Amino acid sequence: MNVHEFQAKSLFAQFGVPVPRGKEITSPEAAAAWADELDTPVFVVKAQIHAGGRGKAGGVKLTKDKGAVPGLAKELLGKTLVTHQTGPKGRLVRRLLIEEGANIAKELYLSILVDRDSGYPTFIASTEGGMEIEEVAAHTPEKIIKEAIDPAVGFQGHNGRNVAFALGLHRIEPAVLNPFVKLMENLYRLFMEKNAALVEINPLIITKEKTLIALDGKVSFDDNGLFKHSDVQQMRDLNEEEPLEIEATANNLNYVKLDGNIGCMVNGAGLAMATMDVIKLAGSEPANFLDVGGGATKETVAAGFRILLKDPNVKGIFINIFGGIVRCERIAHGVIEAAKEVQMTVPLVVRLQGTNAEEGRKLLAESGLKLDVANDLWEAAQKIVKLTGKAA
Amino acid sequence: MSILVDKNTRVAVQGITGKEGSFHATQCKAYGTKVVAGVTPGKAGQEVEGIPVFNTVVEAVKKTECDTSLIFVPPAFCADAILEAADAGIKLIICITEGIPVNDMVKVKRALRGRDVRLIGPNCPGVITVDEAKIGIMPGFIHKRGVVGVVSRSGTLTYEAVHQLSTLGLGETTCVGIGGDPVNGTGFVDVLPLFEKDPETQAIVMIGEIGGDAEEKAAEFIKQHVKKPVISFIAGITAPPGRRMGHAGAIISGGKGTAAEKMRALESAGVTVVKNPAEIGLAVKKALGR
Repeated sequence: MNVHEFQAKSLFAQFGVPVPRGKEITSPEAAAAWADELDTPVFVVKAQIHAGGRGKAGGVKLTKDKGAVPGLAKELLGKTLVTHQTGPKGRLVRRLLIEEGANIAKELYLSILVDRDSGYPTFIASTEGGMEIEEVAAHTPEKIIKEAIDPAVGFQGHNGRNVAFALGLHRIEPAVLNPFVKLMENLYRLFMEKNAALVEINPLIITKEKTLIALDGKVSFDDNGLFKHSDVQQMRDLNEEEPLEIEATANNLNYVKLDGNIGCMVNGAGLAMATMDVIKLAGSEPANFLDVGGGATKETVAAGFRILLKDPNVKGIFINIFGGIVRCERIAHGVIEAAKEVQMTVPLVVRLQGTNAEEGRKLLAESGLKLDVANDLWEAAQKIVKLTGKAA
Repeated sequence: MSILVDKNTRVAVQGITGKEGSFHATQCKAYGTKVVAGVTPGKAGQEVEGIPVFNTVVEAVKKTECDTSLIFVPPAFCADAILEAADAGIKLIICITEGIPVNDMVKVKRALRGRDVRLIGPNCPGVITVDEAKIGIMPGFIHKRGVVGVVSRSGTLTYEAVHQLSTLGLGETTCVGIGGDPVNGTGFVDVLPLFEKDPETQAIVMIGEIGGDAEEKAAEFIKQHVKKPVISFIAGITAPPGRRMGHAGAIISGGKGTAAEKMRALESAGVTVVKNPAEIGLAVKKALGR
């Protein structure tokens, strides 16, 4: 789960990581009142959407004029921002972060995530702050500093010093050396205590006043750890999520919307991805990823069906079930029930294999529904692609 | 021969009185697996399909000499369950549970480091040695004893591959599901040497997916140490970056972990990479010259 910058910064503040004074704002009136209270030489008005690249897309405005703040707020609120991460449709701006400006002397990069190979929480730091870290890693890998933290003992001072000296902070600004080590320790606590998947500060700035400030912040959370944190759950902004994905989650389905025309419903994440791949091989594009899970029932299949049909891009549906624990005849019942309930306007190919596949296929064949039944994965993929008008 | 588990493996099922635990303990036992104990705190003295239930793993080990555990407890309690099994002297821990917080696994992995215990999973279908022991949730009947070792990050996609191998008459020795989580107990590089050493295994099927660099590490290992033919499929060539495809571990982030990258690495290590998941079985057949 992702959260907004203003939420990330409130967590930073809670864990002792310094951030600019700022507030979440949703109207020009609130912006005016907050600007009065903030009373700072430079005001920064930042659009809050779950996507990077806001600055380049015109989503961040600076002004020295307090009176101009409500106007900037009015300009940004309700605007659709298109950045390299939003896709061409962009994202509607519904909230802003208005905060004080800072005197930047140097920009750094600092983040923490779990290194999958070692299984250790690992800091990544660079003197190249304010840039895309992937770009830095690709072009100047020597500028990327990594420090793994042993989870058995937690963060130690030397972990911080290793990074601080490797960054050359003793040369850049010795006054921030110890605060930097402390900041890393606080970030580690935030990461572990809140079950974060990623905590990133880019840029982390050294100010002309010789202090450290997290000028931007990104936190994403491990979905599996959310049950431990009601405060984090409350930060979820459903406006930032695909409506069909929200509906899927409510039905215990794993759905990701894509841009193709063939809707697919599969049991198991690996097989669901493989099904998408085979649709592409057969000459078309998948409209989605949909895993009905190991415990698929008649009800979940019916819910999945409804979600697929709500996507206007879907020109055909491919159901691929490998029955293990899930029994194919139950899936067949779900398909029949759902297909009767919703108006089926697109071709449907069902491939059942595994436990009680024969029985499931028979049920479908006798249901009177207009659908094609297939035994084999490749045969099924070719069928649906052909039926939707694109030959392999 | 086979790897990891066989007809002598003695299994304790942790979480046996739950819905999943009791169903699968029964299924495993019906397959012929020696399921000798169940563990649910506070339920000692009960039986599930004739399997005695104990309060602790220590007790189960003492009374039944079980050496392997199969875990079905809910995600919030899994780290505890895995460590309980390890502390009780269990040598092979197979954790089926999906949805364990990554930070819990970070601590578990660290705690198991350097100890004589193997964890498989979590979020995996388990391990089966065909006709000897099924320790997991895979449907037993699709398997057929044969010559191919299977190792996979996925569940149902593994069944798909197994089904093809069985239908073509090639059959399997042992199938190992290592799971779809970003931090897990056993990787491809741990299982590959076991298959390489196993005299009955003539070819290896390795099923990967997007995310992480386990497949790239496996490619390096195969280049150096594996002489048997390896046939691989990597799921997710159509997956967009930044989106989690079901499994917590299946995500392309920072441009890393793409299917194309993994396929390239494997091909350069001499692995036969199939693009079409429907052709895994045929590729194995060809590699074995049958």
